[in-house]
Amino acid sequence: MSANLRFRYTKLGKIRFTSQRDVARMWERAFRRIGLPVAWSGGFSPRPLLSFGLALPTGAESLGEYLDVRLDEELGADLGELSLRLSALLPEGLAVQAAAFVDDDESSLQQEVSSCCWDLEVFGLPLNELAARVERLLDAPSVVVRRIRKGRPVEDDLRPAVRTLTVLPTGGPWQLRAEVATQPRGVRPGELLEGLGAGLELARARRRHQWIERNGTRWEPLEVPGAPHAQERAS
Amino acid sequence: MDTVWPQVERLLMGVQKPARYIGGEQGAQAPVHGDGQAAWLLLYPDTYEIGLPNQGLQILYELLNERADAVAERAYAPWTDMEAAMRAAEVPLFSLENHLPARAFDVLAFNLSAELVYTNLLNLVDLAQVPVRAADRGPGDPLVVAGGHCAYNPEPLADFVDAFVLGDGEEVVGEITDVLVPWLAQPVDGADGDRRDRLDLLRALAGVDGVYVPSLYQPRYDGGRLVATEPRFPGVPDHVDKRTVADLADWPYPKRQLVPLTEVVHDRLNVEVFRGCTRGCRFCQAGMITRPVRERPAQQVRQMVSDGLARTGYDEVALTSLSTADFSGIEATVRDIVDDPQHGERVSVSLPSLRVDAFTVGTAAQIQRVRRTGLTFAPEGGTWRMRQVINKLIREEDLYAAVDAAFGQGWRRVKLYFLIGLPTEQDDDVVGIADLGKRCVDIGLRYHRSVTVTASVGGFVPKPHTPFQWFGQATVAELHRKVAVLRDAARGTRGLTIRWHDPEATAAEGIASRGDRRVGAVIERVWRDGGTFQEWTEHFDLARWEKALAAEGLSLDEVVYRHRHPDEALPWDHISAGLHRDFLWEDWQQALAGAGLEDCRWTPCYDCGACTGFGLEHVVASPVPPAGGSQGTGQDLASGDRIPVDLLATRPARTP
Repeated sequence: MSANLRFRYTKLGKIRFTSQRDVARMWERAFRRIGLPVAWSGGFSPRPLLSFGLALPTGAESLGEYLDVRLDEELGADLGELSLRLSALLPEGLAVQAAAFVDDDESSLQQEVSSCCWDLEVFGLPLNELAARVERLLDAPSVVVRRIRKGRPVEDDLRPAVRTLTVLPTGGPWQLRAEVATQPRGVRPGELLEGLGAGLELARARRRHQWIERNGTRWEPLEVPGAPHAQERAS
Repeated sequence: MDTVWPQVERLLMGVQKPARYIGGEQGAQAPVHGDGQAAWLLLYPDTYEIGLPNQGLQILYELLNERADAVAERAYAPWTDMEAAMRAAEVPLFSLENHLPARAFDVLAFNLSAELVYTNLLNLVDLAQVPVRAADRGPGDPLVVAGGHCAYNPEPLADFVDAFVLGDGEEVVGEITDVLVPWLAQPVDGADGDRRDRLDLLRALAGVDGVYVPSLYQPRYDGGRLVATEPRFPGVPDHVDKRTVADLADWPYPKRQLVPLTEVVHDRLNVEVFRGCTRGCRFCQAGMITRPVRERPAQQVRQMVSDGLARTGYDEVALTSLSTADFSGIEATVRDIVDDPQHGERVSVSLPSLRVDAFTVGTAAQIQRVRRTGLTFAPEGGTWRMRQVINKLIREEDLYAAVDAAFGQGWRRVKLYFLIGLPTEQDDDVVGIADLGKRCVDIGLRYHRSVTVTASVGGFVPKPHTPFQWFGQATVAELHRKVAVLRDAARGTRGLTIRWHDPEATAAEGIASRGDRRVGAVIERVWRDGGTFQEWTEHFDLARWEKALAAEGLSLDEVVYRHRHPDEALPWDHISAGLHRDFLWEDWQQALAGAGLEDCRWTPCYDCGACTGFGLEHVVASPVPPAGGSQGTGQDLASGDRIPVDLLATRPARTP
């Protein structure tokens, strides 16, 4: 009997500068070291069946990343103990927060997750100017940013995706907290800053939550037992 | 000195591939610096992706950190975007473990495995905020040392490097540390007689076997021609011999191979199965300077593979050496690895540098279970005549049998490596590459509906300490012409692709390969002109090198294209890899006569000097050559040019 195992994990500190592909390889090596019976795709170039949710931009931290692993056989192992062993084998900054089996018929993380919460450390503008820009963005009917997609310049309206955006009452660098929709496509922290106009620089971005929303209620793909936000910077 | 991580961190959001600069690899150490220690910064003067897998640096990294009186960290060349950001923010070159500035180290130790990285060495010393020229360094500046294959002609870098290490580094890094620690204990600013004197240190280092201190030697010229390179002080040895570890079994390193967090070349477990090679390919510097052959015991290989796979989680292991199929009992060793249930079902073994025979392909087929993508052979010469000249004695029938076996066992892509611009080469030899490629395609079509044969040609650069060291390198124009001849001959053959290395880059490599001390100023000019990352096409421009040569009164004709006279002093005459000059000269004459030379592992000694000179012996487990023969041992060479009858009726060269 095959099974689907879901992990929730953090990506904090220096390791935030690795890419999503890099992180996938770290997991693959850790799984091989503990001998987890990961299923492989068929075909000419077989790959282990790992599926990550929304890609985290290189350089961004996260308190809630997800990974679904297809297993060839069901596990007798205690998932709590498995999580501890994996955390010990993963590089510093990656730590497993929760693990659970999920139903086979659940659709992919990528499709399920409907919005993300971000904390962004920014600098380059005085606080009152930043607050004014945030207000202006929220009041605007549309916020167009330009980007290159498949080698072509395209224009995108960010505004519909920005659900909330607030300036947190901290000292510099200023902290923004945002919730952005991920459908039909995700808004990256850099794009959000672009939408706030010139002069702002991103010092640090941290994804706090990924939400699944249906019929007016929302939940996370996997809850963390205990306090979810007690993580500290690893560097 | 404090870590510069906070400054570095700020730059990383704005550069490509920032994971290059964070360290944190599995196997990375966290050295604690203290008094009474020599702090080494080990540097590879190319990008992180190219440099990290380097096994030499990883071995020294572990050995130094095992010592109580040494610590070692690593650094690689920051890519141009990061360098610009660092210079703008005045962030110096830093180590990856503690993110310490390079000046916090006592030694900057470079691995030099290719000539085109020389400008990067200068750039890294400069980024380290250390004077680029050795003569400008004071008692408080780090010592700049370099080792690796390029150290066998140290002269082009003589003005920039304080000391070169020749040969295997395992023992000598400890001996250098022994010299350094008491010298470092002296204050930088003290009373006369109680402060560091850099010349004292350099003279002490010159007393360590295998260490060459160029500033203690003076080249003498006569009308622009080198006459000799001689010691400037009494007591300085008139020539420096390389170091050789006699038995690899004593050195099971690296024990904790670094597993990078981001993608690098050769991203797999690497286990060195032997060092040295005696096949005697005359163009190959590595084969000449690393003699004798020293095999690692098969049991130790198996142990290092098992431990390494369990520790790293890799599913691929490469058994490395200059010609791994020559390892005694290679089939049994790889079979044990793939059959070991502990390794799981998906471990694949790769054998870089396959020997060209069907037997070897059989071994490859047996072990490459997972992904059978492409197979690579290196015949190097397109005709049997050419291969006799370069002493790569692969008979036509063996070559085609190997290719037949490869396609027959399921491979669809075969890659073939060749050199052009070889001594005595005629256009027939170049066209021979295309003919050979076509026959390979024909063989492939017996098994598959479509196949790909890629012939990759590189321009030959004569290297020091080889029989071809006297040969005048082919000009850029001549290499371009030969590439055109080859492309013409290959045109119209579906499935045959010709790739070639940029002849301009070949010329620049030739400048550093056989240049003398005057080339140092050329390298400095190219660097000051912005010429870093010369191995990367987008940064390379031969015009920069030609301009710098001209400014120093030199030319490609003089440094690269000129045949060396038999009586002429060579810039590396005072550097010894153990090889007798007479042996090399004799072998050069044999080459010109088209005569091959058998592998000396299983035949009587030619007294090349590598063993006899140092009281060493080959360490080879098998008393007989491999099945299928090797370099003529156990083979009938008289039939070397016989092409199998069924391949003679090959298709016409061009389709209308």
